[in-house]
Amino acid sequence: MQRFSLRRQLLLAGVLGCSLLLGACDRSSPPVFHGSDVTGAPYGKDFRLLDPDGKERTLAEFRGKAVAVFFGFTQCPDVCPTALARAVEVKRLLGRDAGRFQVVFITVDPERDTPEVLKAYTAAFDPSFLALYGTPQQLAETAKEFGVMYRKVPTGSSYSMDHTASSYLYDPRGKLRVRLPHALGPHEYAADIRTLLKPD
Amino acid sequence: MKTISALFAAAALLAGAAHAQVTVNQPWVRATVPQQKATGAFMQLHSSAPARLVSASSPLTPNVEIHEMKMEGDIMRMREVAAIALPAGKTVELKPGGYHIMFMNLKEQVREGATVPLTLVFESADGKRTSMEVGAPVRGLAAGAPSASPASKSHGH
Repeated sequence: MQRFSLRRQLLLAGVLGCSLLLGACDRSSPPVFHGSDVTGAPYGKDFRLLDPDGKERTLAEFRGKAVAVFFGFTQCPDVCPTALARAVEVKRLLGRDAGRFQVVFITVDPERDTPEVLKAYTAAFDPSFLALYGTPQQLAETAKEFGVMYRKVPTGSSYSMDHTASSYLYDPRGKLRVRLPHALGPHEYAADIRTLLKPD
Repeated sequence: MKTISALFAAAALLAGAAHAQVTVNQPWVRATVPQQKATGAFMQLHSSAPARLVSASSPLTPNVEIHEMKMEGDIMRMREVAAIALPAGKTVELKPGGYHIMFMNLKEQVREGATVPLTLVFESADGKRTSMEVGAPVRGLAAGAPSASPASKSHGH
């Protein structure tokens, strides 16, 4: 966490500097994010997966919105509901801008996460949240495209899934901009989304 | 002074002989949606003497396990563990981001507002096992969300 507080101090210094110099930091300076700035990253360009109604969905349809994509599975009692509950809080913090924010939850466990479970699960948090699934092959391709790790781990009576827990944040033009670690809270997420929603 | 130290000695002896007294605080279970096959229970455990939580069971499902969630970099890893150590006098929290009791292969939906009966088995340092019945209320799916960190308030621009 020390790293984040250092970043916060730097950000604060930057904001102060800008206000003092008035205009010295204009559009030419890149925005500062709480997550990692991955603008121009060669991964996470798009997904092509099915929603619970069986309709194919891609990133392109969300132009004009900031999109948060993350991977998980509904049998997970810890990270995944925490991430979805955080997204509910982020929407609340965004206030008027909430309509310009889309949450996409991609299951890494299509074997157990049937379309029915997925739909009910994301709707229990917010009906606007979109759950996506694919065939094992489609999931493998999507994970590769995003640089996401997922792996089945046997437990005594069933199995769990290890998986990448960070969120991928897209700007309203559909470009991947920020990778947010799971450790960050709703305020940090909301601040980075607001930065992306600001007109250039 | 002699009497007092004798009393202390007696008390210490008694404490040593007694079983570890375990207290369970704020147990809760996360609700599920229909057909969701797994969920978790969370709580605070406090033991007067060194002990371990070695198993849990519930009429909800025959498959109750103790799991530990760990972040390794940005990878979430979940593992079954044999026991959770309860150091004397310390509160050990089972909470999102750490340990939980996992219910697998659920037969039916776990609804918010219900109470899940849970039997916890503790083992004291001398190997003696005691079990404790707990009723864990079911909270909504979004329960246990991270609260806003006060430090980040400065960013509300």
